[in-house]
Amino acid sequence: MPLITIDDQQIEVAAGSSVMDAARVAGIYIPHFCYHKKLSIAASCRMCLVEVEKAPKPLPACATPVTDGMIVRSHSTKAVEAQKGVMEFLLINHPLDCPICDQGGECQLQDIAVGYGGGASRYAEAKRVVRDKDLGPLIATDMTRCIHCSRCVRFGQEIAGIMELGMPGRGEHTEVMPFLEHHVSSELSGNVIDLCPVGALTSRPFRFSARSWELARRKGVSPHDGLGSNLALQVKDNRVLRVTPVENEAINECWLADRDRFSYQALDSDERLTRPMVKDGGRWVEVDWLKAMAFAAGALKVIRDTHGAEAIGFIASPRQTVEELYLFQKLARALGCESIDSRIGQADFSGRRAGVEWLGMALADLNDLDRVLLVGSTVRKEQPLIAQRLRQAVKKGAQMNVVHCADDDLLCRVANKLIARPSELVGALAQVAKAVGAKIDGLDTVVVSEAAQAMAASLKSGEKKAVLLGAVAQQLPAASELHALADAIAKATGATLGFLVAAANGVGGGVVGCRPGQGGANAAAMFAAPKKAYVVLGAEPELDAADSAAAHRALAGAGLVIALSPFKTASADYGQVMLPVAAYAESAGSYVNMEGRLQSWRAAVPPRGDARPAWKVLRVLGNQFGLTGFDQDSAEQVLAEALPDGEATVRAKLNNEIADLTLAHLSAAAGIERLGDTPIYQTDAYSRRAPALQATADGQTGHAALACGALIARLGLSEGKPVKVRQNDAEAVFNLLRDDRLPDNVVRLASGLAAAVHLGPRFGPISLEKM
Amino acid sequence: MISAIKRFFNTFLLIDLLKGMAVTGRHLFARKITIQYPDERTPQSPRFRGLHAQRRYANGEERCIACKLCEAVCPAMAITIESAQRADGSRRTTRYDIDLTKCIFCGFCEEACPVDAIVETRIFEYHGERRVDLYYTKAMLLAVGDRHEAQIAADRAADAKYR
Repeated sequence: MPLITIDDQQIEVAAGSSVMDAARVAGIYIPHFCYHKKLSIAASCRMCLVEVEKAPKPLPACATPVTDGMIVRSHSTKAVEAQKGVMEFLLINHPLDCPICDQGGECQLQDIAVGYGGGASRYAEAKRVVRDKDLGPLIATDMTRCIHCSRCVRFGQEIAGIMELGMPGRGEHTEVMPFLEHHVSSELSGNVIDLCPVGALTSRPFRFSARSWELARRKGVSPHDGLGSNLALQVKDNRVLRVTPVENEAINECWLADRDRFSYQALDSDERLTRPMVKDGGRWVEVDWLKAMAFAAGALKVIRDTHGAEAIGFIASPRQTVEELYLFQKLARALGCESIDSRIGQADFSGRRAGVEWLGMALADLNDLDRVLLVGSTVRKEQPLIAQRLRQAVKKGAQMNVVHCADDDLLCRVANKLIARPSELVGALAQVAKAVGAKIDGLDTVVVSEAAQAMAASLKSGEKKAVLLGAVAQQLPAASELHALADAIAKATGATLGFLVAAANGVGGGVVGCRPGQGGANAAAMFAAPKKAYVVLGAEPELDAADSAAAHRALAGAGLVIALSPFKTASADYGQVMLPVAAYAESAGSYVNMEGRLQSWRAAVPPRGDARPAWKVLRVLGNQFGLTGFDQDSAEQVLAEALPDGEATVRAKLNNEIADLTLAHLSAAAGIERLGDTPIYQTDAYSRRAPALQATADGQTGHAALACGALIARLGLSEGKPVKVRQNDAEAVFNLLRDDRLPDNVVRLASGLAAAVHLGPRFGPISLEKM
Repeated sequence: MISAIKRFFNTFLLIDLLKGMAVTGRHLFARKITIQYPDERTPQSPRFRGLHAQRRYANGEERCIACKLCEAVCPAMAITIESAQRADGSRRTTRYDIDLTKCIFCGFCEEACPVDAIVETRIFEYHGERRVDLYYTKAMLLAVGDRHEAQIAADRAADAKYR
């Protein structure tokens, strides 16, 4: 290892590292703009010039590899002179508009100019002016401020996997611009806001609303995907004004998905429920908490006494906290009801599961995989930061094998793929299982295709391997069979079986027992065979459930629906009691992410209006029934009761094995079928209510029906025109668009949208008719 | 001994009293510095720090750009600002309040202002009968500026070469 001297400090660093890396190890700060630890080296800003002994001119620290015996001076007269010179050049074209710049106060250029800038400019000529670019509803631009560090361009290429920004032109004519106007559609695009060292790229929803020094930064955890990204909720006057990442190498590194970053807008939504409401003679009346609680408890008691406890269904969103889900199931069980579930989007509950499904490994291990089999997942739209990790693995040489219902672009090199209709997916995975020689019954009739053979060959080689089941694989009506096949493939190849758990607390719900007990109904059964009453915690069942039509029918037909929600959901139509509970940044809580990591946080802002943290509401509801064990004083107490040994309790319950299952769906169904995956910004109540996210290209997906050209031609339909979509007995009208990434006989019609609620299950036969 | 004799004569001859009378006498005939406020006024410096005002440009556009430097520098925390993007895309305040019961008239706000929007005028004769009367909102501050723009501009011009 080379031994070098920086500013009279001798340190030994790994061979191949740069002077900048060495300086960081030594704790010496070298000013820089274009250098970023997660991005490649551009050496374009020249701010990090340092003096190296025996080199005639100063060298850029970020691009100079260390050699043994190198003597570097980062603060010598020569180095500082060079840095000041660079600073003067950078400021030639930079506008002095710090007072109206959102970056003011947290600007690297501003900070470094204090140390290295002159008091006045010697440059009297006209400054360069650059036209602002339209980068969509999330990113505001002031391109005159750009200093051409190219961090945003490199981020697109290297991390987001899609080069949407480029830097055409030379010298003074260089401009950062999107290749297509309005077209920055990456689901990670918001990170360029953090990366930009000046105010050229700033947050559009946040624009001009506060200065950085006014904001208090409070820690939080993202309520969306199963990662549990760490957030810094930036708060002023008890309102969350923006969200930035908190660095956590084990989870989100230094990135955030746009969904995590911009969904805070929902906290200020007009649809927030702020007062407890009770339906009285068909009209909603605002009441105080005491009356609402007494009414809710009284109505539940009547149902229980007349129809028995199992006439009540307890359904929770898997995005509620560990504390809330724990008290929720405790309340249900104390009332004698075992129909409790938080797996609201799941359709198939068959087979005997050994424990709670999880990723099977640490998130950070995803980067080091050699072989990946990704089943039923457009991972970049489900878990954008996991897609980013897999992308890094593929870049290092991992082979990505995909079995999915649509040939969606994963923005990384795919070695082998099998694209099959939803009903064929079990058959497709069975081919792979047979090819790898998996030990599972029922594969005799399966004919192995070439692609499956290649996939098997890929999976048999390599060291670190994983079979990952995505959202579609977990939601299909034959999900358990995919689970069993994936388990068998993983065992046969020595791979790890992992679930890309879709919700922030999907694992936590299972760990605290938010699952049906003996004789209880699961999430799907609860709606298929309607209950007399429902208690709904945080969920929007008519949007989240596997069969939205059945869920809506069941809720509308129930005599009593008690909704605990931060929002006025559709429960305003079918409910009898609406209790306002705190949203994700408003109460203390914990999530267990998909790798089994327990993360707790405290409230960043007080709940809106009269809303109360859901765990308090549930506790008081327990008191209303006179139950014991509902006297916790704090979220910490509830957590200690739910998970006595913390993460150890969680780990003991994680297991991806499945047993007692026969393969019954090996042959495909005939006819056209629906692929009803949930678009990225329709997955939960928060993202649905964030206007900026809804305005993006991803927010608009799902509002049309998609089919491949061959199917459209065969049915005599025309693309771009409305079609009548018929599923079961329901019909709806959608615009028909062409998407040749879909296999034949598949209509992609998103779930999670109000327009598709009455159609029915996410997957199943569907027909298109000309209008 | 000598000082005791001196004290005796001073006391006996009323020297100290006469000295005092001399001062009184001198001022009796000197030019008076007392002025008959409000009929008479003392001269004011162009740098006088009185009631605050918000200025506009000649075209009627308000100067303030909501940079919040005045709010940040205010040692008495008397300024409250909220900002947003206006329909034309510019950065503007939606609220600009100065609590004059908190203000210590240090003038830091006008020194911090990059666009000469918040200024302190020569006005010092104002009052409020309730506390809330001294809570100046953006509209009130702009109105003060509109009324006294000529004087404000003249004062800035007079002081310009020292700034």
